[in-house]
Amino acid sequence: MAQALTHSDPHIGDRPRPAKNYLNATTGIWSWMSTVDHKRIGVMYLVAVLSAFFVGGMFALLIRLTLLTPSHKLFGKVLIDADAYNRVFTLHGAIMVFLFIIPSIPGSLANFVLPLMLGAKDVAFPRLNLASFYLWCGGAALAVTSMIFGAVDTGWTFYTPYSTTTQNAVGLMTMAVFTLGFSSIFTGLNFIATTHKLRAPGMGWFDMPLFVWGTYATAIIQVLATPVLGITMVLLALERAFNIGIFDPKIGGDPVLFQHFFWFYSHPAVYIMIVPGMAIISEIIPTFSRKTIFGYRAIAYSSVALALLGFLVWGHHMFVAGQSELATVIFSALTFLVAIPSGVKLFNWLATMYKGNISLETPMCYAISFLLLFAIGGLTGIFLGALSTDVHLTDTYFVVAHFHYVMMGGTVIAFIGGVHYWWPKITGRMYNEKWGRIACALVFIGFNMTFLTQFFLGSKGMPRRYYNYLDQYQPLHAFSTFGSWVLGLGLFIVAAYLLASLRKPMDAPDNPWGGTTMEWLTSSPPIEHNFEEQPVLEHEPYDYRPKVKKHA
Amino acid sequence: MSEHTHNPKAEAALYLKTLIALLILTGITVGASYIHFGSGAANVVVALTIATIKATLVALIFMHLLHDKPVNGLIAAAGFVFLGLFLMFTLIDFDSRQDYQPRNMPAVVAPPTSTAPAPAAEHK
Amino acid sequence: MSTSTVDLQHDPHGEHPDDPHHQHHFTTMEQQFDTSKIGMWLFLATEVLLFGGLFVGFGMMQARFPEEFKEAHEHLQRPLGALNTVVLLFSSWTMVMGVLSARTNQRKKLVIYLMITILCACIFLGVKYFEYSHKIEEGLLPGHYYTHHGDKIPNTHGYATFFSFYFMMTGLHGIHILVGIGLLWWIAVRGNRGEFNSSYYTPVDLVGLYWHLVDLIWIYLFPLYYLIS
Repeated sequence: MAQALTHSDPHIGDRPRPAKNYLNATTGIWSWMSTVDHKRIGVMYLVAVLSAFFVGGMFALLIRLTLLTPSHKLFGKVLIDADAYNRVFTLHGAIMVFLFIIPSIPGSLANFVLPLMLGAKDVAFPRLNLASFYLWCGGAALAVTSMIFGAVDTGWTFYTPYSTTTQNAVGLMTMAVFTLGFSSIFTGLNFIATTHKLRAPGMGWFDMPLFVWGTYATAIIQVLATPVLGITMVLLALERAFNIGIFDPKIGGDPVLFQHFFWFYSHPAVYIMIVPGMAIISEIIPTFSRKTIFGYRAIAYSSVALALLGFLVWGHHMFVAGQSELATVIFSALTFLVAIPSGVKLFNWLATMYKGNISLETPMCYAISFLLLFAIGGLTGIFLGALSTDVHLTDTYFVVAHFHYVMMGGTVIAFIGGVHYWWPKITGRMYNEKWGRIACALVFIGFNMTFLTQFFLGSKGMPRRYYNYLDQYQPLHAFSTFGSWVLGLGLFIVAAYLLASLRKPMDAPDNPWGGTTMEWLTSSPPIEHNFEEQPVLEHEPYDYRPKVKKHA
Repeated sequence: MSEHTHNPKAEAALYLKTLIALLILTGITVGASYIHFGSGAANVVVALTIATIKATLVALIFMHLLHDKPVNGLIAAAGFVFLGLFLMFTLIDFDSRQDYQPRNMPAVVAPPTSTAPAPAAEHK
Repeated sequence: MSTSTVDLQHDPHGEHPDDPHHQHHFTTMEQQFDTSKIGMWLFLATEVLLFGGLFVGFGMMQARFPEEFKEAHEHLQRPLGALNTVVLLFSSWTMVMGVLSARTNQRKKLVIYLMITILCACIFLGVKYFEYSHKIEEGLLPGHYYTHHGDKIPNTHGYATFFSFYFMMTGLHGIHILVGIGLLWWIAVRGNRGEFNSSYYTPVDLVGLYWHLVDLIWIYLFPLYYLIS
């Protein structure tokens, strides 16, 4: 019973570290490139998506720097011209959405953790998992190629008719998105099959950790929505090449139909981004509150409800796009339903923390940031879902601020929290806790400086994606730019101390946070086949009643 | 691997019957296309109903969904349900949008003959 | 959540410990087979939505150009469409018989049924080739390649749009048939080597599912293009 994590076991973390783990079981570049181990693929994905995050983040800083003054001048020189600006914000959006956020949590953290949480040796289809990673690389390569051949200035949404008539590299970018779509499908397909068939003996559906529930709900969307994105990109490319006459109004097409096609995927894609973030929060909060999760089933069901509702509301991106009034009203009404599962989650997390024994370690700091930022992001979504206000706020910085609160304040903050939470498990090393908290505070302050300001900008009428702006907006724009520097500094510190931790010898115990899910059963880092013996589940999830000994 | 009946002969007979049924339905749908059911929409409904019956036969018997684990049928159904949602909401918009046919729209842009030559003329 | 462990060596469900096709992360062959099927069905669901996007586009464009689409339909030959439908339905039957043969250890019958299926697929593509070359001759082509003369409605893009969709949808379907021929050939070769038997026939079953889906899509393409007018 060496593998067992029982509440009476006083020696958690005292077990000698096995000499061989997944990192050093085989060596050489080829052993990584040809690996089918979900842990190694997860690590490769982590490196890949963080690189994309870095590139996209640099573009973001450049956007903010350009908007510092209405003249766009820095030390007397114009930073970038309007044409370049259009390309930069398009690249920022496309890279962040397709190369970073969508694959971020499923590709890296879920890939690493999900089989461990289920007590499985690997995902259901290990080779498909590797194929998914290489498709990501192919998509990234195509996106880089498109940057060389003139880049794209359509915005990440590729709206027609501009995208079907412009001369720049839309074709390459659509092929990049098509490829990345299939990468995402394969990841989702794998997770669904894994969750159905590879649960540990004794683990029923309602014994699964909530992270698995969230990942499963996400995978449903990945599988069912992404093919439509694929066909949309193909149609767009064919419209450009052969004038097939579906989207370009000049040859009988309907540009609103393009928006239906695009948002049928891209709205559910918002839930591909946020649901895994919520899933991480559902793990961190009970662990650091030392309390059984409140409303386990409600949180599990609300993940699936969000996934399904996500398919019914795409028209709220098209309120002023020429969609019929009837459709607009229906989509607006359905949009409000999204508030229900989101609220269910938020209240259950708060109820979990209530009277808990909360310890503010770095992952928990990020989780609390998430609760605040996601609440703001969600509530401002109601403004935009309501028809009468949306007509005024459409395509202003209010929208920009809203979705950054959800995507960055929600998903990215949860992702960084998750990276900290599982860092000891992935690398076998603890990071510097003090710097972790400082950086988290900087990220939180910087984020709010950058984006809370943009709510004001938007409600005052500053349109999104504009290069020029009136002088009266300058103070707010400048404040937002200062905020982006604080945010950038915070993230830089995160990168610095995480990388620094890799230089020291492995010091992480198996279960540094006293977690109750199965990934904490195995060594840190895990051995090649995850567990020495098949773990069996005997108790309900998040059972903290008898206190587990915590790492000092 | 136990989702099938264990009598190969009965199974083969069932497959043959299914094939015959599918061929008969194909005959019916071709025949029905020569009959006018009152409106164009009625003909569409007849043709698509027969197609759906055929597709259901293929899915349930040739693809074994009838005796398979329910999860597989659920996945298949989900594919069609979500496609249905896509079609339904897009149709709601298009049905309630006025002047959907371009020739009924007010001429906001110049007619195709002046701005873009008719496609037929373009490649002579 | 407290846990204990079981020893894999004494797992009562380890039915086929020595099967060469058994992958290490599955406990039993049955679990592995069920997992593969779930994976295949998920893939088929993505195929349904991929084609579905084109069906939705076709429907909307038909609503946009009803007269043109009606007239354009008449360029397609019903008998050829019906012939291809019969060929594909028959190939679906030979496919399912092939799966049954694999499951009942009838190696020779498996190969024969697969070969007939491949033959049907080739006939289908042959008919399609004949239809395509006829369309190309008449200039009934997608988008700006459309050069057909004698259409009733002048100055419209509707005819070209119809043939854009015709070539996209039947073309994508044709690509799936080509891929299918490759897959069928692959399992025929493996079947001929005697790799499949009643305890392992997963690839035959999965290729069968794929082939039936290709048939199923044609079941919808046929009335939409050839029959409704």
